[in-house]
Amino acid sequence: MSSSVALDEVSKAGSVLSGPLQSHDFPAWFREQQQEAWKQFESLPSPTRKDQLWRFSNVDLLDLKSFKVGGELSDKDRDAILEQSSGLDSVAARLVFAGDQLIERDVISEQLKKRGVIFQPLERAMVEHTDLFQKHFMSQPAVLGSAKFAALHKALVSSGTFLYVPRGVEIELPIEIFHWLPGESASVFPHLLLITDELAKVTVVEHFRSLDRQVAGFACGVNDLIAGPGAKVTYVCAQTWGENVRALQMNTTTVDHDASALSLNLHLGAKYSRFESLSRLTGEGGRSDLLAVSVADGEQEFDARTLQDHVSPHTASDLLYKNALDGRARCTFGGLIRVEPHAHFTDAYQKVRNLLLSDDAEANSMPGLEILADNVRCTHGATSGQIDEDEMFYLRSRGIPTKVAQRLLVTGFLNEVIQRLDQPAIAAHLHQLIEEKFAV
Amino acid sequence: MKTETKAVDINRNIGDFAYPEVHVRDAGTGLSEKTIHYISDVKEDPDWVREFRLRGLKTFLEKPLPTHWASKDLEAIHFDKIRYYLAPGTGAKRSWDEVPEDIKRTFERLGIPEQERKFLAGVEAQFDSEAVYSNIKKAVGEQGVIFVGSTEGLKNHPEIFRKWFGKVIPIGDNKFSALNSAVFSGGSFIYVPPGVKVKHPLQAYFRINAENFGQFERTLIIADEGSEVTYMEGCTAPKFNTATLHSAVVELVALKGAKIQYITVQNWSANVFNLVTKRGLAHENAEIKWIDCNIGSRLTMKYPGVVLKGRKSRGEVLSIALANNGQHQDTGAKMVHAADETTSNIISKSISVGTGRATYRGLVHIPKHLKNCKNNTECDALLINATSRTDTYPAITVRGTGNSVQHEASVSQVSAEQIFYMQQRGLSEAQAMSLSVNGFVNDLVRQFPMEYSVELKRLIELEMEGSVG
Repeated sequence: MSSSVALDEVSKAGSVLSGPLQSHDFPAWFREQQQEAWKQFESLPSPTRKDQLWRFSNVDLLDLKSFKVGGELSDKDRDAILEQSSGLDSVAARLVFAGDQLIERDVISEQLKKRGVIFQPLERAMVEHTDLFQKHFMSQPAVLGSAKFAALHKALVSSGTFLYVPRGVEIELPIEIFHWLPGESASVFPHLLLITDELAKVTVVEHFRSLDRQVAGFACGVNDLIAGPGAKVTYVCAQTWGENVRALQMNTTTVDHDASALSLNLHLGAKYSRFESLSRLTGEGGRSDLLAVSVADGEQEFDARTLQDHVSPHTASDLLYKNALDGRARCTFGGLIRVEPHAHFTDAYQKVRNLLLSDDAEANSMPGLEILADNVRCTHGATSGQIDEDEMFYLRSRGIPTKVAQRLLVTGFLNEVIQRLDQPAIAAHLHQLIEEKFAV
Repeated sequence: MKTETKAVDINRNIGDFAYPEVHVRDAGTGLSEKTIHYISDVKEDPDWVREFRLRGLKTFLEKPLPTHWASKDLEAIHFDKIRYYLAPGTGAKRSWDEVPEDIKRTFERLGIPEQERKFLAGVEAQFDSEAVYSNIKKAVGEQGVIFVGSTEGLKNHPEIFRKWFGKVIPIGDNKFSALNSAVFSGGSFIYVPPGVKVKHPLQAYFRINAENFGQFERTLIIADEGSEVTYMEGCTAPKFNTATLHSAVVELVALKGAKIQYITVQNWSANVFNLVTKRGLAHENAEIKWIDCNIGSRLTMKYPGVVLKGRKSRGEVLSIALANNGQHQDTGAKMVHAADETTSNIISKSISVGTGRATYRGLVHIPKHLKNCKNNTECDALLINATSRTDTYPAITVRGTGNSVQHEASVSQVSAEQIFYMQQRGLSEAQAMSLSVNGFVNDLVRQFPMEYSVELKRLIELEMEGSVG
């Protein structure tokens, strides 16, 4: 297949479909892996709706022909992006990527650096921390349907974040990362490789944004989140891509013994956004919380696929996904709790709730269980409904206009998830983003 | 035969016997157009039925096995080694005395005539392909109720049955409904006239007696406006060395205000592939209720459904599945809401024993612009051994603001405290386990007709034997 790439190079120059770029400063071994990944991408079939893992999903939107990789960033755009890269008030460190180029970096404190925290771009980590990188970078196969796109990501990733928190180090303030889609038909391949050692503690917040909210764009991101023994990892994603963006995000969380991982994903933007989240509980006493909130309107489509994989006995996982749907929006949730043989004393929960605000909104729920051990407690639930008339009446009778009352009730509905984060500053920021979406 | 009530006996040991085959009609092994013509010739099908069969065959051959979501075990079915039609060569008998002696013995052992004498309104027994004995109590017949086999129904009452035949479940619904459409024989065709409420249940019994045989009965029940009917079917097969296929199609039509209750208790032996398509069409204010107990078989795939076509119609599926060693019960329900104010309810309980695997697969669909539709789904799974497995795969689609849907599922083990409590009071561990499992399904079993709930409880006790200790 690689020969055909060479032949087509002229016609597809700069296209996502023209294969890995040769210009990176990556080490040779990684460039080889990228070529391998590219072959894999080309040989894997495109998903169809008949695939169980793509059921209900609008796969036609995943035509990548028109998207470009690379490209120069003008000074004007760079300034605009930097100006708009505001998120949390106080952070431990910050990176800003625009079109996968690192354009700003607020490094971690000397004190943290001295204690062994490593916070650097992916391409440097490949060279300076090769062992750690190779051990954890995309070490779990994408089992939730997007193996083809994971291969594409690997082939085309050009930068990203590497964060290592050593044993016993607790970083109190969150670390913040921005990913920007810079312009017409741009594409990005964001990557976060987060490794925590024993008893470490860290919070990472990622923002996904578009400079021009109208133009088309493509994002294909992968995150590897590794919680070492007894570590505490919190990951927050605030996705506000522009309205013509197609986005795929594949996250894998690995939870070692006595560790706890919590992820909260807020989905507000994009035309089509698919989010795959695999949580592997590999050590006794591990706990994983999977939280998500989406507000979809217009023609938006959100597609979430999750797997809570209980590999080890005595593990717990708890999933809570809430969607508010207006306009002609569609949300799909496909989730699975899998309890492997011998993973006894598993405690697993999964709950998805859809709030339908319009007659044309559509919610598809596929909450699944696969239980191969007997000493377990697993429940799941899925509900779809509308705003409670009594609650609406209560607010209306106090003079609150329908629109405002609806917004209040939706906010209340979503707040249950955001509260679980237990970090007021981040929660406030997420609420602000939701408010902004309602205001449009 | 250890029971006092000679209800349709679903004790596996009682079902496990086979008589020598004396089939006059045999379509041979394998499936081709020739097989279809043979069946049509023997049955003297009208031309439109023959064409229907041929279309079924074409669709069956075109459609791939649904292994992209279903069990790969389906690939173990050798369609070319199956015998698609076997019959003693005579039509259904009206009186018990006319039935050949050996077949009679089979059903005597299964307890059918006693049943009828006691209270059942009519009974149809199917032995391999054809109904061998059917009768309907005089009183019911006088009310205008038609209860005949599929062949007779299509031949003698086309004005009633042709209208709905193949309409609820089209040929191309799935690979196995297409197969059934090609080679169906036997099954029950029932018509209940407007306003007639059939007091006692109508009953059928299906039994596979020949090795490598496929049984493809076809059932169509039409309940006219305001009528009510309950239908019960039981199924058994003896243990053969090679796998046997049972692939039925059951269509129910409940016209305005009608009520149909369809009860199945199957106790297939552990090498039967049981791939059944069951669906009901509920018109305005009508109610369709499936009660489904799946015990035995190697692989059962069965998802009774209701299309809620008329305003205020109701659909319900109550299902109990018990998967023992090496068995896979892949069961569930489908509820398609197509009118305002329709409600549906699915309650599924499964028990996995040994290496058994119980799967719930469900579909709930509420399309656009419907108002006040409600669905409630509850799935509970009980795991008995460390090697037992259970899965739940529901798919729920809801559009619009006027509807509410809730789905809940839980997986648990028999509580150690319960077992301990009972052992304290002198029960053996096995007895305690059996009691606990019966308690788990009790609230569903209570909704069954009396003799079925008694039999089912006994059957569960039997299946639980040797599962502990």
